[in-house]
Amino acid sequence: MSTKTDKIDRLAELTAQQESSSGASLWREALKRLRASKMALVGAWIIAVFLLLAIIGPWVAPYAPGQQWRGEVFVNRAEFVGARAENWFGLDHLGRDIFSRMLVGARQTLLLGVVSTLIGLSVGALIGSFSGACATLGGRVGQRIDSVVMRCIDIMLALPSLLLAVSVAAVLGQSMTTVMIAIGVVQIPVFARLLRGAMLVQGGSDYVLAAHSLGIRKRRIVLTQIMPNSLSPVIVQATLSLATAIIEAAALSFLGLGNPDSAKNPEWGVMLTQAQNYADSAPMMAVYPALAIIITALGFTLLGEAMREALDPKLRG
Amino acid sequence: MPLLSVDELSITFTGRGRRDVRAVDGVSFDVDQGQVVGLVGESGCGKSVTSLALMGLLPKKGVKLGGRAEYDGKDLLTLSSNAMRDMRGKHLAMIFQDPLSSLNPVIPVGLQVTEILERHRGMKGAAARKEAADLLDRVGIPDPTRRLKEYPHQLSGGMRQRALIAMAVACAPRMLIADEPTTALDVTIQAQILELLKELVDQQGTALLMITHDLGVVAGLCDQVNVLYAGKAVESAGRRELFAQPTHPYAHGLLGSIPRLDAPRGEPLRPIRGSINDRIDWADGCAFAPRCDHYTLECLSGTPQLTEPVGAGHGVRCVNPVLTGVEVKTLGVPAEQAVDAAAATAPAEPAEPKIPAQAGPEADGKAETDEGDAAPEAEPEAEKKKDAS
Amino acid sequence: MSLLELDDVKVHFPVKKGLIFDRTVGHVYAVDGVSLSVEEGQTYGLVGESGCGKTTLGRSVLRLVDITDGSVNFDGTDLAKLPAEEMRTFRRRLQMVFQDPLGSLNPRQNIESILSEGMAAHGIGGTREERREKIRDILAKVGLPANALARYPHEFSGGQRQRIGIARALVLEPDVIICDEPVSALDVSIQAQVINLLEELQESLGLTYLVIAHDLAVVRHISDVIGVMYLGSLVEEAPSDALYAEPRHPYTKALMSAVPVPDPEVEDRRERILLTGDLPSPANPPAGCRFHTRCPWAQDTLCATERPALKDVGGGHKVACHFAAEIAAGTVERTAASVVPATREEMADRVVETPAE
Repeated sequence: MSTKTDKIDRLAELTAQQESSSGASLWREALKRLRASKMALVGAWIIAVFLLLAIIGPWVAPYAPGQQWRGEVFVNRAEFVGARAENWFGLDHLGRDIFSRMLVGARQTLLLGVVSTLIGLSVGALIGSFSGACATLGGRVGQRIDSVVMRCIDIMLALPSLLLAVSVAAVLGQSMTTVMIAIGVVQIPVFARLLRGAMLVQGGSDYVLAAHSLGIRKRRIVLTQIMPNSLSPVIVQATLSLATAIIEAAALSFLGLGNPDSAKNPEWGVMLTQAQNYADSAPMMAVYPALAIIITALGFTLLGEAMREALDPKLRG
Repeated sequence: MPLLSVDELSITFTGRGRRDVRAVDGVSFDVDQGQVVGLVGESGCGKSVTSLALMGLLPKKGVKLGGRAEYDGKDLLTLSSNAMRDMRGKHLAMIFQDPLSSLNPVIPVGLQVTEILERHRGMKGAAARKEAADLLDRVGIPDPTRRLKEYPHQLSGGMRQRALIAMAVACAPRMLIADEPTTALDVTIQAQILELLKELVDQQGTALLMITHDLGVVAGLCDQVNVLYAGKAVESAGRRELFAQPTHPYAHGLLGSIPRLDAPRGEPLRPIRGSINDRIDWADGCAFAPRCDHYTLECLSGTPQLTEPVGAGHGVRCVNPVLTGVEVKTLGVPAEQAVDAAAATAPAEPAEPKIPAQAGPEADGKAETDEGDAAPEAEPEAEKKKDAS
Repeated sequence: MSLLELDDVKVHFPVKKGLIFDRTVGHVYAVDGVSLSVEEGQTYGLVGESGCGKTTLGRSVLRLVDITDGSVNFDGTDLAKLPAEEMRTFRRRLQMVFQDPLGSLNPRQNIESILSEGMAAHGIGGTREERREKIRDILAKVGLPANALARYPHEFSGGQRQRIGIARALVLEPDVIICDEPVSALDVSIQAQVINLLEELQESLGLTYLVIAHDLAVVRHISDVIGVMYLGSLVEEAPSDALYAEPRHPYTKALMSAVPVPDPEVEDRRERILLTGDLPSPANPPAGCRFHTRCPWAQDTLCATERPALKDVGGGHKVACHFAAEIAAGTVERTAASVVPATREEMADRVVETPAE
């Protein structure tokens, strides 16, 4: 019967247009959404430029960061040298080229942000996942352990972050490593709480119950069911933390706890701190590093927000 | 003239970078005073979007409205937001599915009711509070003066829905739109709420637009029923006509797929195969064709029109309507012959009792294109019913 | 002997309060003494409204919640007293299908991984290739395309997801499947597909079902025996047809009269028994018969003081009501005026005055 095959063909043709993609995991779908997001694009570009500067900065910088124009140091001239042909951003209070110092400083700043966030993320995630696993599947004893761990974390959270960082810095002495550890420690409770909270939510979900009813071992449920679904807020937080870490480092430097070896290894936060003494007479000295910090932080924040939306499309309006 | 007259309403969502989605595609119906009109359909049929459009609650951005919705001579779709805000509450009120999220959780119920009275009826202080208590009493909330001081979370689901209805009727609106008002409730509570709605309609002449997926609720409550599928009304009729002779294959299939409490046990269900995702554009043909047991090539060429094959006032959007329904009661001309035809072919071909002769053997052929859900076997239910009666 | 026998099962959840160390301030009596038995190859339907404890009871069979008291005998073993690890291996034979088809599937696992997880946990199914073969086989049984293997739950429609949930239970070749609201999250036309599938599978694989649902019509359609739950206990149990033909407990009567039937003729003729008020809190259940606070037939004696036991009234029909016989005989009067006239026309007649606006 030809009409029969005709109509089946016609139907197949009409429904074919509606076919959807297949075999795309949630991560891949999130990546697709991320690519389509303008916010992510802007953020990614900013970060890319920052990364590039961090890598090539020390090589392309026109002068060494410590090189001084001795005749033009502030105290000798009572006037700042602004932007000019040989020094694009002018000279700082010690007669050094600000542009070169900014370029070299990009690497330090990035290193500081990444390492401190990594410290916070790894330790925080370790504590958080332990606590979360105890709370969701550990029974009565587990819940008690979780409760004790979380109260400790709460105490850490209750301390002002700067105070915490200052104490760590005071104990370990003044160095770049100290700054990284101090900022990392401040981030630990944030990551721990976040991961544990996400795990608690996932632990109460139907598919975890389903996994139980299948007879899957608890350890495996934590690893294959709960963890992968709890990670996205942590990833987003890590991106956002990179921005705050840079700013916190600036604050620590501001308090005089930053990198002591700032002559050879300038860092944006330290540069900003040094500039504050001359804010009246040489505001531009503060503006350059401040702008750089703001733009970089913005880049990470934009990417973080875009990732948050991409990973959880329900949040979008 | 009807109180509300919706004419060729269409709603299109124009997303950023995505294909336009036409959620509602030319839906027309009238609602009179004291009348209950039902919009029935499954998720994604456009019934809830219709109610939001009528209430002016759809966002302005990214939504294109077409057609008219005349209420008392005013087109609801073109009213300004201010004019619409005045309409809401005073003339039109809406009852939502989830009473908990429709009530403000941090304000006592009483304050939420008195607020409406103050805004729309200009009542003040004690008078408003007394009226609020009266309202709660009228919707069957015991001890209303105490309840007024309670917060939404302190009330049970049924009580919350009653409170919501009290708020909706606070200004004696002439028209109520209820969007799945009982779906979140238990059956015994559902029965209470439906009773309350019936009372409102019968005692105060309120017009009610009832949006639901539950054909059982429709059978007991609605005067006029519109069955929606993929944004279009596929069948619209009085409730007795619709249930006596569901003529569109979708409406027919829906009724056949519901387990009935009063049906003898062991009577098989006749599910509609596939899902709402198996559809084609209305512009290309009948959106239901991919799930239909007796579609033809004609179904796949252009939008089917609303016709009245089984009697005046019983509109069906189908080129191959099911002319022998489960029971033939209406006076449609072809009905009698069709019954005979079905009876004659039944012993030989029990699988296809209700299909017009030429559309016969296609049901199995279709299974090839349907990949996901199992193709159902058609079943000799029509005969059983006839024998029983 | 029945395949699955519950004897006086109680599940009480402690209500806790406290800053660091919690103390128990009360209990929620979610399930409070339920005994029932499910015969091999049959379907036991458990029906009741939200908060009646039916879901908790279903989960207690699999020990997904802690059983406070009572025994769950499955094939001669008391699951309630089994050590955790042994219970885990027993779960292969008792599987569960969940209400929310999307929520009960891990969104980050593809179908193959979801379906093979259980086999891996119990060390069955042989090699990876053998397992895949078996999964393909099961997918065909539940009516899913073979190319579903590499896809993820969010790429399927609601009905297909529920089929995945059923397939996940089936790969372990269980004896009993507990279906917790298997169709209530699905569209009407899809519900019928899943119900039919469950029935076909029962027939071809000889499965035993415990179906938990709030929809009496669905339960009546697929169950051989129906138990009606109210506030943590069974109030009535009977073969499906007997229960429909003659509901004996006042709650069952009210429940049945409240279920809408998609037929105006039936709807118009029907008398509705409207229950007043709401379900009491299971943390503070009423003394005596749990239902007496809402019962239209509640009497002054017994009802408020003594809790009625589930008694056989003949033909496997069990009722927990002091006055079941009297109500059936019509010798006790309804005390609450809670019956509404059937049709809207009648209702309009009843209206004496329309409140002035």
